[in-house]
This record gives sequence, C-alpha cells and structure tokens, in this order.
Amino acid sequence: MSTVRVLVGTRKGAFVLTSDGTRQRWDISGPLFPGWEMYHLNGSPVDPNRLYASQSSGWFGQQIQRSNDGGQTWEPVGNQFSYDGVTGTHQWYDGTPRPWEFKRVWHLEPSLTDPDTVYAGVEDAALFRSIDGGQTWQELPELRSVKGHLWQPGAGGMCLHTIVLDPSHTERIFIAISAAGVFRTDDAGKTWQPMNHGLQSPYELPDPDAEVGHCVHRIAMHRSRPSVLFMQKHWDVMRSDDAGESWHEVSGNLPTDFGFPIAVHAHEPETIYVVPIKSDSEHFPPDGKLRVYRSRTGGHEWEALTQGLPQRDCYVNVLRDAMAVDSLDACGIYFGTTGGQVYASADAGDSWAPIVRDLPAVVSVEVQVLP
Amino acid sequence: MIRVVLPAHLRTLARVDGEVTLEVEGEVTQRSVLDTLESRYPMLRGTIRDQVTHQRRAFVRFFACEEDLSHEPSDAPLPDAVAAGTEPFLIVGAMAGG
Repeated sequence: MSTVRVLVGTRKGAFVLTSDGTRQRWDISGPLFPGWEMYHLNGSPVDPNRLYASQSSGWFGQQIQRSNDGGQTWEPVGNQFSYDGVTGTHQWYDGTPRPWEFKRVWHLEPSLTDPDTVYAGVEDAALFRSIDGGQTWQELPELRSVKGHLWQPGAGGMCLHTIVLDPSHTERIFIAISAAGVFRTDDAGKTWQPMNHGLQSPYELPDPDAEVGHCVHRIAMHRSRPSVLFMQKHWDVMRSDDAGESWHEVSGNLPTDFGFPIAVHAHEPETIYVVPIKSDSEHFPPDGKLRVYRSRTGGHEWEALTQGLPQRDCYVNVLRDAMAVDSLDACGIYFGTTGGQVYASADAGDSWAPIVRDLPAVVSVEVQVLP
Repeated sequence: MIRVVLPAHLRTLARVDGEVTLEVEGEVTQRSVLDTLESRYPMLRGTIRDQVTHQRRAFVRFFACEEDLSHEPSDAPLPDAVAAGTEPFLIVGAMAGG
C-alpha cells in the first residue's frame, strides 16, 4: 500500500505527517528546525526522497536545507541569493522608490525532470534557480525588467510565492507575485510577459485593469490541461483557458471571493477548491465557520464542504501555500491553518478530520505519495 | 585560542555544542574572528553578517568583557582578554519581540 507524506512548514519549525493510503491514522514527527520559520518544504517529483526546505529567521537570515532520504537527515546547502546586476528599485507602500533587498525564500519548486534543479521564489520578488541541488543559486533577472519599478509589496511583503512548471512545455513557467501579478516565460526565463489581462482590482489599484500591480494570491494548474489556470486573487476567483493570456471571473456563489489558496483535484481537472475568507482586513472565515468550497464545474457553481470542519467560533486563516492534493484515488485534500491545525480529507473533500490540532501557525502544506 | 559563544540556533545549524575555539591568524578583530569562524563552519555564512558586504545583521550583537562591541569597527582589535582566550567573544541574537 502507498505511503502518504505531508510536509508542513510552520512559523516555528517543520513537521512531517505520514500515513498509509487509507489516510486514517497518522504519525507526526518534528519539529524539524525548531524555532525557525519554515516557509516551504517540497519534494522532487522524480526523486521523492529529495526534499528542499526554506528555513529563515529574522535574526539569522535564510538557509536552504536539503534531504536525500525523505527527511530523515538534512544538510544546509547554498544560501546566497544575490540579485543579478544593478538591482534598481520597486515601489514601497507609499509609492516611493525602494531598492530591491533580499529577505527570504517563500516557495521552492523542484524541476519536473531533474532532482538537482530547483526554483526559488523570493522576497523582494525575484526568481532564482539552482542546477546543483541547491548549492548555488542564480537569478533569472529578466523577470524584474517587466515593469519591476512599478511593483509594490502586499501586506505580507513583495514576494514571489507561486511557481507553476508546465509539464507539456519544458521552457514555460508561470509565476505570481504579490503585488505585481502573473508572469509567464516560454523560453526558460530569458524573456517574460505579464499575464494579467482580465484582472480587475478597483479597490487596490488606481487603474483597476493595470498591466502589472495585481495582488495575485495563488495560481493552480492540472497537469493534464496546462493551458487552463485557476487563480485566487486578493478579491476574485479567476480562470484562464488560454495559458494566462486572458482571465475571467468564476467566483459565482461563493460567500466571499477573498482568500489565499486554490487547488485542483488530482483526477478531475474541472474540480477546484478554495477557502473563502471574510475580507482583507478580517483574515478569518465568514460567520466563524471553516468551510472549503468545491466547484465541480471549473468555477461559477460552488458547494460548501463542512463535514468535520468547525462550524462555529472558528477564526483561523489558511495561507496561500497551505493547501495541497494527493494523487490517490479518491483524491486527498489537505490544508493547514494559522491556528496550527492540519485537516485532511480522504474523499475529495466530502468529509474532513484533523491530522493534528496544535502546531505553530501553518505556513505551507505539501503532500507526496510514495510507492 | 579564541573562544566564541554562538546563539543556540547557530550552534544547532553548525552542529556544535558549547563554545567554539578558533586559531585566528594575525590581529584578533571582529573581521578576523568571523572570517575564521565562517571558514570552519561555512553554513554560518550569511547568518551573522551579509555574505557580500559583511555588514552585521540587524538583530545580531557582539559582546565581550561586559561590553557591547556591535558598533565597533570590524577591523578594531578585540579586547586583550578575548585575544588571550580568557574571555569569550559572544555572538548574541538581539532582544526583539514581546
């Protein structure tokens, strides 16, 4: 029977949750790197025991940890993230120019084909790549030439938080930045184009349909249909059917279209999941009810999934990197909260149970299925 | 031998227990001590000072002989007691937070 391994990053360390394919009983190990902020842990699709972890601290800066044995042992690898060339400026919160300054790695995305190649999305927003297993990092600097002087930080910082690799087009990468928007390269990072046509941000931007500046929270793709993308924007759930060239809103009957994560079912490309959050000033679920919403129609029509989730007095948040799906049948859905719970559903969202309730605030969740 | 006390998180990262002792060549300064420390423990690069500019990270402090030496020039000699190994050079995470 398969083994399921959930990699959980929290504000104060990392945890590894394991179960067999029934996903009913879980072993919890950790904390790994106790006391450090673990923004993201992720495994190589071609070598699941090759793991990468972003470890950071306001005191001691950024580390990258690598494991070659599925998280049993770890070694620090390269942590020098130097912007390429003249760094220039972006906009600060008040609109004044501010020099780019590296702060931390938000997201690590291993290559779909090579376990030694891994991408890192960082704050201040930029994309780095390592081709030697994380020992050295090189920026893909042309991204910041796409009106980077106009990018502004969101409330959480100016972060490149989403990296989506196209399985059918090896040189195509989508990235998303708060608050700049979505960008795509079709030549492995040599050139980039903004992909924000159709986004409307009337409450965040003076020009609601600006080419850059949108606060995109997360984008997701089903690997069988890489030209279809789903987006949770600051406000609005969006969809693109042309690889990001244009977007249209699919928020439909959601109780609120603010939120952070969005995920696609592993076997049903039109089934998607979001966690509606009341507003950008109230980062908790509406009415104190923690509800995942599922659409089986690629958006517009949504159903609340509540069985096993707290339906009163719940005021946690679910952050952008804190939802993941496994590849088993039925598809497993996982998410972590700022209250330290990690919930799992082994039946595509119909019912939920907490794997663990009292971790530090959860920042990221990834899941692996091991043979 | 120069004695260096690391904060707990950096002891874990460097996989050391207790004090680190270093043989520092030439004059004993913040720079020469940190150069030697980072040479022996490469995983500490970037955790105490910037890897390129060598500027001290904002929430790191250097103490010795009951003095805060954080704002001293990096090439200024450290106290004789540190150079002689009778007092340690303390690398400290600054108080920050509630």
